Amino acid sequence: MRLLPYGDEALLAEPEDPATVLALVAALRDEPGVREVVPAARTLLVRAAAGDLARVGARLRELATTAGAGACPPDGPQVTLDVHYDGLDLDETAAQVGLEPDGLVRAHTAGSYVVAFCGFTPGFAYLTGLDAALHVPRLAQPRTRVPAGSVGIAGEFTGVYPRSSPGGWRLLGRTDADLWDLARTPPALLAPGTRVRFRSA
Amino acid sequence: MIEILEPGPLATVQDLGRPGFAALGVPRSGAFDRAALRLANRLVGNSDDAAAIEVTLGGLEIRLTAAATIALTGAPCPGAPDWGRAVSIPAGASVRLAMPPSGLRSYLAVRGGVGAAPVLGSRSTDTLSGLGPDPLRRGDVLAIGRGAGEVSGAGALGSPAGDAILPIRFGPREDWFTAAARASLVGAAWIVRPESDRVGIRLDGPRLARAQDGELPSEPVLPGAVQVPSDGRPILFGPDAPVTGGYPVIAVVTGLDRAAQLRPGDPVRFSSGRG
Repeated sequence: MRLLPYGDEALLAEPEDPATVLALVAALRDEPGVREVVPAARTLLVRAAAGDLARVGARLRELATTAGAGACPPDGPQVTLDVHYDGLDLDETAAQVGLEPDGLVRAHTAGSYVVAFCGFTPGFAYLTGLDAALHVPRLAQPRTRVPAGSVGIAGEFTGVYPRSSPGGWRLLGRTDADLWDLARTPPALLAPGTRVRFRSA
Repeated sequence: MIEILEPGPLATVQDLGRPGFAALGVPRSGAFDRAALRLANRLVGNSDDAAAIEVTLGGLEIRLTAAATIALTGAPCPGAPDWGRAVSIPAGASVRLAMPPSGLRSYLAVRGGVGAAPVLGSRSTDTLSGLGPDPLRRGDVLAIGRGAGEVSGAGALGSPAGDAILPIRFGPREDWFTAAARASLVGAAWIVRPESDRVGIRLDGPRLARAQDGELPSEPVLPGAVQVPSDGRPILFGPDAPVTGGYPVIAVVTGLDRAAQLRPGDPVRFSSGRG
């Protein structure tokens, strides 16, 4: 694992196996001195007081040797999202991956996904577990407005737009689920570690 | 109550932000010049994390419906009451901040704190995510909170005068750049571009060349990160920075308060403390 400096009060950890990121995040959360742990695609950021960084880094190295063995994501809550598969890019994306639209829907609903990290907007979750046959690049020209609830794919990820925003993911459908609700704790329906399935509505 | 007669170019409610929610995609937000916010709060007897008004390039005019105690810190604006000390304002009186001759952000704290509804524990306006109160508009009315400690005397003002030299620590992705680019980062006089805002301060100067091609999978980003997009011109991320980014971060600034006072056209340097 590489530990990279990130200013005076954080460090960036790059485990050899990206599949261990979520396990490391979960293991570090209750570590004394750790203020915040933020996962991303291949790395995790750990914030701690300057005086605690060396100890937290050493602990991370220790955890990496144990968390690396299993590499299974921690048991997060399970969420099933009902999707109307009528997205603007469904037909074209199906053609691109050599499937009929129905086949693309079957492939997308067959997957078990895990929220790897959030970003872009509050509650926007990057879900891993997408069938490699469905990995397609994002749109060459992002849309200026993607409606809230849109379900899309891009690269190795699938995800749902929690609210209307610009976006370049290929849209397969839409869900009525409330992805971001400030009255809920946590407000994000899809927080890192949450396991997700899609069901055709 | 505080009536907003004129907000100026941009006035927002800010406290110390909402750290701790980055894993859900929520930026830290909060005052850009945190030292100035803390000082303003202390002057009027508030706790450090009380909400105040962050004023960008002056232009704010308010009226107080009841007698209140305020303090102004950050970039000094002509026409305003005394800077850097608690000032009593009678009921019905107005306060106007003209454009500061230097510096960019000023803070107006009121004894009791600005009372907007907190979102995830903070009253800060997050201009990227839209969390917290909207930027202030003419006609807005802000409540004033209750409960404050003792009003303190004058405080030491961090003056934005003089050349801005921002301390950095190289990494996490310095190895994505050539040795010449790393030398340029600390050797060049950078100029603040007009497209700068609370999300990021965009800089002009020598293009920072990459030592390796390819794309970086999205990584966590913090305020203070100096990210270099493919055009080679660095962006210093501010409090409303996104929580992840796909361009390499060459270095991280270890204190943003001075950067908060940089305005378009201002020169700025980075110092790594390396020999």
